[in-house]
Parts: sequence; C-alpha cells; structure tokens
Amino acid sequence: MSERLRSADLLRHAVLFTFAVIVLFPFLWIVMAAFKTQIDLLMGRFFFQPNLTGFVDVIFDKTSDFGRNFMNSMIVGIGSTILVLVVATLAAFSLYRLQWPGWVLHSLLGWSVIFHMVPPITLAGAWYTMMRSVGLDNTYTGLILAHATLNLPMALWMMGVFIRDVPKELVEAAQIDGANVPNILWNVVLPIVRPGIAATSILTFVFSWNEFPVALVLTQRQTATVPLGIGKYAQENTIAFTEMAAASTLSIVPALILLVFAQKLIVRGLVSGAVK
Amino acid sequence: MSADRFWRHATLWPAILLFVALTILPLANLLALSFNDVEWVNRTPVWNWVGVSNYQKLPDDNLLRAGLLNTVIFAVAAVAIQMLIGFILALLTTQITRGRSFYRTIFILPILVPGIIIGAIWKLMYSYDFGVLNQVLGFLGISALDWLGSPNLALLSVIIVDVWHWTPFCFLLLLAGLESLPDDIFEAARIDGATGWQILRDITLPLMMPAIIVTFVFRMILAFKVFDEIYLLTGGGPGTATEVISFTIYRRFFTEDQSGYGAAMSIAVIAIIAAMIIVATRATAGRGSKV
Repeated sequence: MSERLRSADLLRHAVLFTFAVIVLFPFLWIVMAAFKTQIDLLMGRFFFQPNLTGFVDVIFDKTSDFGRNFMNSMIVGIGSTILVLVVATLAAFSLYRLQWPGWVLHSLLGWSVIFHMVPPITLAGAWYTMMRSVGLDNTYTGLILAHATLNLPMALWMMGVFIRDVPKELVEAAQIDGANVPNILWNVVLPIVRPGIAATSILTFVFSWNEFPVALVLTQRQTATVPLGIGKYAQENTIAFTEMAAASTLSIVPALILLVFAQKLIVRGLVSGAVK
Repeated sequence: MSADRFWRHATLWPAILLFVALTILPLANLLALSFNDVEWVNRTPVWNWVGVSNYQKLPDDNLLRAGLLNTVIFAVAAVAIQMLIGFILALLTTQITRGRSFYRTIFILPILVPGIIIGAIWKLMYSYDFGVLNQVLGFLGISALDWLGSPNLALLSVIIVDVWHWTPFCFLLLLAGLESLPDDIFEAARIDGATGWQILRDITLPLMMPAIIVTFVFRMILAFKVFDEIYLLTGGGPGTATEVISFTIYRRFFTEDQSGYGAAMSIAVIAIIAAMIIVATRATAGRGSKV
C-alpha cells in the first residue's frame, strides 16, 4: 500500500515538475538570448560564449531610450499606485464602515465591474481626445490618471475584502470613545490592513508596469514606458533580437524581486482581487 | 455628527470623481463622437454630424467581423484549455505534501511579466529560421513550421502563448478554491469507500462550481481584452488570421484616423460586453458566485 502511495506521489511530482519546467523554459531562453551575439542567436546555437553587447546597447547606446523608458515606468507606476491606494482605501473604508445606503455601494461596485470588463482600448480614444484638449496627453499626469482609473476597480475590491475583515466592534468602540474618522482610519484600521495595502500596491504597480495599449495611445517618445520600448525593438523592419532579449530580461527583474520578497502577498492579492 | 457626515463624503468622493472624470465623461464623449466624422483643420478637430451612418457601416466591416470571430475563438479555446490544465495541476498540488509553495512561486511568474515581453519571448521561440521550436521539430525529423506566418497556424500559435501565459492564473484561483473546501466531507467519503473518481465527480466538482465559474468569467474578460501579445507576435496578421477586437478598434481609431467610426465600434463592443455580462449574471445567479 505505502509502495503504491509513494509511486503515485512520485507521479504527481513528475507532472508538476514538468509543468514548472515548461513555465520556466521560455524565461531561461530569453535570458540566454540576451547573452548571445546576434550571430549566435540567428544561427540558433545552443552553446555560445556569453556576451554583453545586447545589454550594453540597450543601456548605454545613445539611440537607446531604454533608460528613459525605465524611469518613466517607475514614475508612472509609483505615482498611479499611490493615487489608487489612497483613493481605494478611503472609498473602501467609507463604503463598508460608514453606513452608506445600499444603492450607493452597489452602483459604485457595479460600475467598477462593468468598467473592468471593457477593453481599455475602447476608452483610450476618448481619453486621448479629452487629455489632448486639456493638455494632458504626453504627460506623466495623464498616464498616471489613466493607469489609476484602470486599476481602481481591482484595488477597490481588494481593499474592500481586507477592510471588511476588520472587526466592526473595534471601529465602533473607537467611535464611542469619540475618535473622528481620520483617527479611526489611521490608528485602528490601517495598522490591521497593512498586509492588504502591501498586496494591493504590489499588484497595482505590476499592472501599471505591464500596461501597454493605453500607454501606446497616451504617450510619445519622452513619456513612453518599458512595454513600448520593447515593442519598438520588434516593430522595426529588421527585428533587433539581441536588444529585444536584453531589454526584456532587464524588464523582468522588478517582477522577480517582488516575487522573491512577496510571494504569499501576491497570491493572496490575486485570489482576493478575483474571487472577492 | 456633522463632522462625521463631512468625512463620509470626503472619503468616498475621490473615487466617484475619478470614475466620473475618467470613465463616465469619456463614455459620453465617445457616444457623441460616434455620431460624427472628424476632420483635422489646422491641427484642431472639427466634428461633422453624420447621424447613425457610422453604426450603419459596422455590419459591412470585414475586419470587424474577423476581429469578433477571432476574439471569440481565441477566448473560448484558450480559456477552456487553461481551465482544464489549471484544474488538473491544482488537484495534483493539493495531493502532495511537500513543495506546494515552490510550485506556487514558479507558477505566478508569467502573470507578473508584461504581456509585451511574453510576446517578445515567444517571437524568439517561434522564429521560422532559428526558433527553438523548429529546432526541436528538426531534431525529431519533422519539417519546420511557419508558426506565426501561416494563416492556418497563426491563431493556434497565439492561443498556445495565451495558454502558457494564463494557465498559472487558473491554477492559483482553483488551488485557492480547493484548499478552502472542508476536509471532513472527503474523509467521510473515503471511509464510505468512495473511489477517487467518485469523489471528484460527486463531491469536488459540485463544491468547486462557484470557484470554477468565477475563474472562468474572470479569464474570459481578460481574454476579450487581449492586445499586447498579438501586437508583438503577429500584428493581427497574416491577413486577418489573428485580428482581435481590441486591434480592430485601435486600427480604425488611431492608425487610420477614423475616430468617429472607431468610437461607434467602441460603443458597439461595450454594448456587446454589457449584454454578455447581463446574460452571464442571470445564468449564474443563485449559484453562490459573486463576480
């Protein structure tokens, strides 16, 4: 019996391990490509002398925008994350703890569900014309506002889940003690939902970092983000494969760092953001 | 009390303002735009009222037809495969005792990486001349395939990328669902001598229905928005083989500068999605799932 159990367990591990390899292999492949010379890459060589020209071109070449793209993505990612987090936390606290009538809660959450389902490109045209008319196209502010709006539904649900988990009695006790709303939020609720804030900010930042179509529409060369930089390597007449691979490898680094430090938080965030 | 009233409003209004300014107003703008044709005079747009003629053009648009059809094929095929593989992997993971967090960590990676980079990675691997996939085929004595360049194969190649990209997401959500099922029911079933297959069919699947529906709906929504990977892999081609709806809108609105017509298309797509949401909510109402 135990013999059979053990071999079944071995089989499960074998299947899961195979899938883990399938998931990891493409990443390994692009990192390897990043270290190849253009010739090694185009000859499809498995064995090669590691070489840094791809990275040097991407980082130091005068015609490369990658450093600027990276900075732009950081600014937009951090800016929109802070904005979303403040707005979503306040709204979630308000909706779940400050006795709004049901229709307010439902219409706001309902609208955020509908908006979340619509492809961003359908609204990007309107965003472009509106931002152009107020001079916000091709600015950080414009893209930060757009990314904040795109991520607000998810942040609202996630913070809602975490704030609903804060015991009602704590909030009520603080109210009886005469604490005002900012005090309750700052001293009672925020310390408890800190893991939720961390999870929400990580995912909001990642989604802003990853976002492509809206950034494509709202930015030009000076404000273009990392995904646009990658897209450019592949869209020119001759694809710069080595540079594309090197830039891609560099752009995966933030995700890897977050993954190592916050694996549990990310899983919790993804699950509660989706399942609610 | 009046201070409380103030704070109640002060905490909620930022969210309402953001939604109104960046979703409601643009939607109204889009609706107005869809009844006009836009001409550029001295770098300023001039709107010419054309009534519903932009909407009348929609049914005859071959690109739109291809975009809608491909989006549906892509979404249904990709999501079905992802759900199946994701569920099997999640089941296997609940049955092992060691290494759960190891697999979970690895499986989140594709979700966190920009779609455009997923496209770049696979473009490299799909390359006809030097891609690793054709090298493997050559090693097996099979002739090379033009993964992204052949009209018959391109959509399938894009679906394969999406399956690789998003199966881990299904895995994570379904695993969370499986881990939250009560243990005692399974123990009781095992004591009663139920086989593994019976447990799966009569206990696990019915209990998992809400989680399965939520995961399915969530993935379908994301699949309908697909843009980045296709932009990099095929650009909608060859011909219209991988044209998807987001792409059609982008093309009409921005590349071809037909913003009035593109707006009408956007409104039509939003209407279709709203209709699907209503049908889906009706169909799943009372199943205990809240999306």
